[in-house]
Amino acid sequence: MVASRAIGSLSRFTGSRTLRCPGYICRTFTGSSALLTRTHVNYGVKGDVAVVRINSPNSKVNTLNKELQSEFTEVMNEIWASDQIRSAILISSKPGCFIAGADINMLAACKTDQELMQISQEGQRLFEKLEKSTKPIVAAISGSCLGGGLELAISCQYRIATKDKKTVLGFPEVLLGILPGAGGTQKLPKMVGVPAAFDMMLTGRNIRVDRAKKMGLVDQLVEPLGPGLKPPEERTIEYLEEVAVTFAKGLADKKISPKRDKGLVEKLTSYAMGIPFVRQQIYKKVEEKVRKQTKGLYPAPLKIIDVVKTGIEQGSDAGYLAESQKFGELAMTKESKALIGLYHGQVLCKKNKFGAPQKEVKHLAILGAGLMGAGIAQVSVDKGLKTILKDATLAGLGRGQQQVFKGLNDKVKKKALTSFERDSIFSNLTGQLDYQGFEKADMVIEAVFEDLSLKHRVLKEVEAVIPDHCVFASNTSALPINEIAAVSKRPEKVIGMHYFSPVDKMQLLEIITTEKTSRDTTASAVAVGLKQGKVIIVVKDGPGFYTTRCLAPMMSEVIRILQEGVDPKKLDSLTTSFGFPVGATTLVDEVGVDVAKHVAEDLGKAFGERFEGGSLELLRQMVSKGFLGRKSGKGFYIYQEGMKTKNLNSDMDSILASLKIPPKPDVSSDEDIQYRLVTRFVNEAVMCLQEGVLATPAEGDIGAVFGLGFPPCLGGPFRFVDLYGAQKIVDRLRKYEAAYGKQFTPCQLLVDHANSPNKKFYYQ
Amino acid sequence: MTSILTYTFKNLPSTSKWALRFSVRPLSCSSQLRAAPAAQTKSKKTLAKPNVKNVVVVDGVRIPFLLSGTLYKDLMPHDLARAALLGLLHRTSVPKDVVDYIIFGTVIQEVKTSNVAREAALGAGFSDKTPAHTVTMACISANQAMTTGVGLIASGQYDVVVAGGVELMSDVPIRHSRKMRKMMLDLNKAKTLGQRLSLISKFRLNFLSPELPAVAEFSTNETMGHSADRLAAAFAISRPEQDEYALRSHSLAKKAQDEGLLSDVIPFKVPGKDTVTKDNGIRPSSLEQMAKLKPAFIKPYGTVTAANSSFLTDGASAVLIMAEEKALAMGYKPKAYLRDFVYVSQDPKDQLLLGPAYATPKVLEKAGLTMNDVDAFEFHEAFSGQILANFKAMDSDWFAQNYMGRKAKVGLPPLEKFNTWGGSLSLGHPFGATGCRLVMAAANRLRKEGGQYALVAACAAGGQGHAMIVEAYPK
Repeated sequence: MVASRAIGSLSRFTGSRTLRCPGYICRTFTGSSALLTRTHVNYGVKGDVAVVRINSPNSKVNTLNKELQSEFTEVMNEIWASDQIRSAILISSKPGCFIAGADINMLAACKTDQELMQISQEGQRLFEKLEKSTKPIVAAISGSCLGGGLELAISCQYRIATKDKKTVLGFPEVLLGILPGAGGTQKLPKMVGVPAAFDMMLTGRNIRVDRAKKMGLVDQLVEPLGPGLKPPEERTIEYLEEVAVTFAKGLADKKISPKRDKGLVEKLTSYAMGIPFVRQQIYKKVEEKVRKQTKGLYPAPLKIIDVVKTGIEQGSDAGYLAESQKFGELAMTKESKALIGLYHGQVLCKKNKFGAPQKEVKHLAILGAGLMGAGIAQVSVDKGLKTILKDATLAGLGRGQQQVFKGLNDKVKKKALTSFERDSIFSNLTGQLDYQGFEKADMVIEAVFEDLSLKHRVLKEVEAVIPDHCVFASNTSALPINEIAAVSKRPEKVIGMHYFSPVDKMQLLEIITTEKTSRDTTASAVAVGLKQGKVIIVVKDGPGFYTTRCLAPMMSEVIRILQEGVDPKKLDSLTTSFGFPVGATTLVDEVGVDVAKHVAEDLGKAFGERFEGGSLELLRQMVSKGFLGRKSGKGFYIYQEGMKTKNLNSDMDSILASLKIPPKPDVSSDEDIQYRLVTRFVNEAVMCLQEGVLATPAEGDIGAVFGLGFPPCLGGPFRFVDLYGAQKIVDRLRKYEAAYGKQFTPCQLLVDHANSPNKKFYYQ
Repeated sequence: MTSILTYTFKNLPSTSKWALRFSVRPLSCSSQLRAAPAAQTKSKKTLAKPNVKNVVVVDGVRIPFLLSGTLYKDLMPHDLARAALLGLLHRTSVPKDVVDYIIFGTVIQEVKTSNVAREAALGAGFSDKTPAHTVTMACISANQAMTTGVGLIASGQYDVVVAGGVELMSDVPIRHSRKMRKMMLDLNKAKTLGQRLSLISKFRLNFLSPELPAVAEFSTNETMGHSADRLAAAFAISRPEQDEYALRSHSLAKKAQDEGLLSDVIPFKVPGKDTVTKDNGIRPSSLEQMAKLKPAFIKPYGTVTAANSSFLTDGASAVLIMAEEKALAMGYKPKAYLRDFVYVSQDPKDQLLLGPAYATPKVLEKAGLTMNDVDAFEFHEAFSGQILANFKAMDSDWFAQNYMGRKAKVGLPPLEKFNTWGGSLSLGHPFGATGCRLVMAAANRLRKEGGQYALVAACAAGGQGHAMIVEAYPK
């Protein structure tokens, strides 16, 4: 029955459509005369169904800003007032985006939590009206439906979504240090159950539509269409609209019920949630888990739990009130400002400010099939780059190919790819031992062992076979690019591309340009990096570039602290409780003790006294004993396959004992230890900006957070200086300088900021 | 020119009025063509090519196509194929030892008879010296069998080829799970009791869950019906349009059956059961009845239903293909020439079933014909929505320019020339056997209705397609 009615309305559609102008956008302007005055939201009427189209001008995405909200309210009021209209659908005219969320700038512009609370309450009221609408409203979702967009969608009576990869639903607010402030915390638990709601709101994860359907977050899916008589995307949105209109009619006629049949598991869960004791246990469990993971550094998750709890235990009025209050409080926190800053930085670092390269890179060649080389290959082949992976030995090559295959196959297991897609992606990879096919390469990325003479040799070999336009990129964490380029016939084509391990997980790519690197070469490297899905910072060449250079003094301090007798485990917990994702001792093991030693020696030579601190002898002894960190199974810790907890390497005791230095009591409190690490990091980062290695503070923050794990709640070294106060940091540095000397001398730029409190790295 | 001359000369011996008319036509026509090709409504000529052997279909037969699970359900595929072969022998009286080669198409292979062509041929009493092979190309497997035969003859390797196709959807190979198979194979190799016991100890109950053959595309995991529904939506084809087309197919098939036009159907005495004489899937219904059905694939709002899709079918078909001079030397009056053909392929996800739209302009271009020249269209009807989508694609300049790399659309086939004796929707669609049915329907329609060219086209899983020009043999 449903189907036959569907047909009726579909055919009516096609009839009327031919009268209209062909483009999708054009259609939004037909229907009613009143809409010409509106820019964000328009509507037309199909039979007795209002089709509300959301399309913010001059933007790729729709965001819930003040204009959109007020126009939407107007439109809805007209619809509610009209006798002719019995139901409505909401749809975006932008392919790939329903509503991406609230306008962050609108939130940032608020000066007090009162203002923010008001915004939240306006949203709550509007969405409550939708929820209580007697005329059924269907959200037709295609593309990202996030934050406020999802709050809008779940306020509707019915949701239909396009089943494609671009369509995702989620509450990413927690990632910005806030909470869903327009009723989301109250409505979601009722819709998908408390556990699933917590999972969504506390992780901020995007939910793919097939999962959303299973959870009950959407009611129907619409398959994306292929080419017909119009481009596929355009026709798919039309089709979604047609289907949504059918359902809207069905709902208005009461032929379709908006209630969903719940599965057995769901029924049991909701039954269990009816028992207060069970609920209390769940709150407790979730809270414990959150406390453990956030170390109390992020206020938003705890507030989310609190607000949900209030709604369930004290009724929705209290819940809505708590939601808007906490929303206002959270948006004013330093953590939220730091996270929002990172979000802006990330957007910035996802753009190619060097313009489009003259020649798009289609053929990529990678030298060295080690962990890095294969990782770079993995993130390249799945973006359609034809990639050659070259190694010196068949065994090395085989290992690299397997790594790429495994990476893809893991996605198949998670159902993110089909096995067929995996095979077809994997066919973009050619593994070889010679330079065959390099004559077609547009870019070569070398990821051979960190040895200057080896890098020189491969550069010369490669330059003999590659075409003139081909870019030569070096993946190195510390060797200066101009030294590598010294033997090049065409130094303008040589650039550094510093990937982070594991390449498929770490988002950052640090691109290093020398004086001679041409702008087009840089544009090309950035374009490739963006294609590989990286956030990119472009820095000037110099010892350690930016990331390694910031890390080195901190590492030096780590060694000193260990020499002073702090337990490695304790140091780990001090750093993680400061917000670093990996403890400082563990980090040395992860990076590799030999690599750390190498870098420390090189940078020590380049920067002298400032990079001193811990004794290099410690690293040297570890290397000579084969304690290279995780890769050799032993470092500060012992690593065993399948072991969850790692134990300290007892053989380190004698080394540490032999190099022990007395701690200085006035700078050895837990807090001092944390700040000794962080201030050295921050000081060096600011110095990079001062020296022009960094172009912008935003890139410095992104590099530190995404590449080195600088605590995201602090927003990166520059945001940290702004929020914490330059003066306080300089004071700390001075205190440590008094104890240890020049390693803690604050750089000029930092001192300038401390001296004039109006000076900020960020002005918004 | 010489070839045309020899062609007409060769045909002179036959003295019927028709033959005379036909044999002079090429000459006169070609001169007209040169004079004003564009002004002609029909640019008829023959499609014979210099230095290429003419290949003819002497005749072809098929056993009745039955809904799977009905009378053929206890047979095996080679039984059906054998029946078709025997029927062909009977119909054409071709001596078995004249047949040089046998090719059959099939899709879901019975593992016991993976070269079903050979098993059927042996069973049908063909010489054990006649080689046979089996081809598979989804729904155009029989087409592939025929064109393989055309190639063998045209290249001078053989003179007489039997091509056919068979499908038995009543029984499909259902396998043990991979884990179970692995254990069974390992057990085979295990030498000691200890080894066997240790293998058996690894047995888990879920090993027993069977593996069914999927009607889904391997590359996309999408079933064909689902893809057809999306295709219909992409071309904005409504449910009533689809139902109407399906009803047309059933009505025309019924009429053709009642009027005895389906002359390629031969009776088949099913062992232990009655003799089957007619296709049993032809069921003209009413639009109201059809409208009641629920969508079969995209639920609850899709448009493809059981009533507007082709159904699972058992059946087999066979045709006798010869070099023209061989046929004439043996005293045959062939039914048709098999002329230019093309295979096409496109995106198996979004254009899975658009083969005919791609193949039609290509084969016409190759043969130097236009849509107007075609007197009979025989298209494989996988789904109503698929046929109508192909129509819309063929009638769209936008589609031709953006997806087919052509300057302009090829145009719509006129419905009065299109599948006028029913199609796969009503007659049934045994995957491997449909190709021969299309060609024989085309040849028989040309003979019955008078006309020179027929266009056969079909889509197939994997996003492939086929089209061929069938030219009437002068009577």
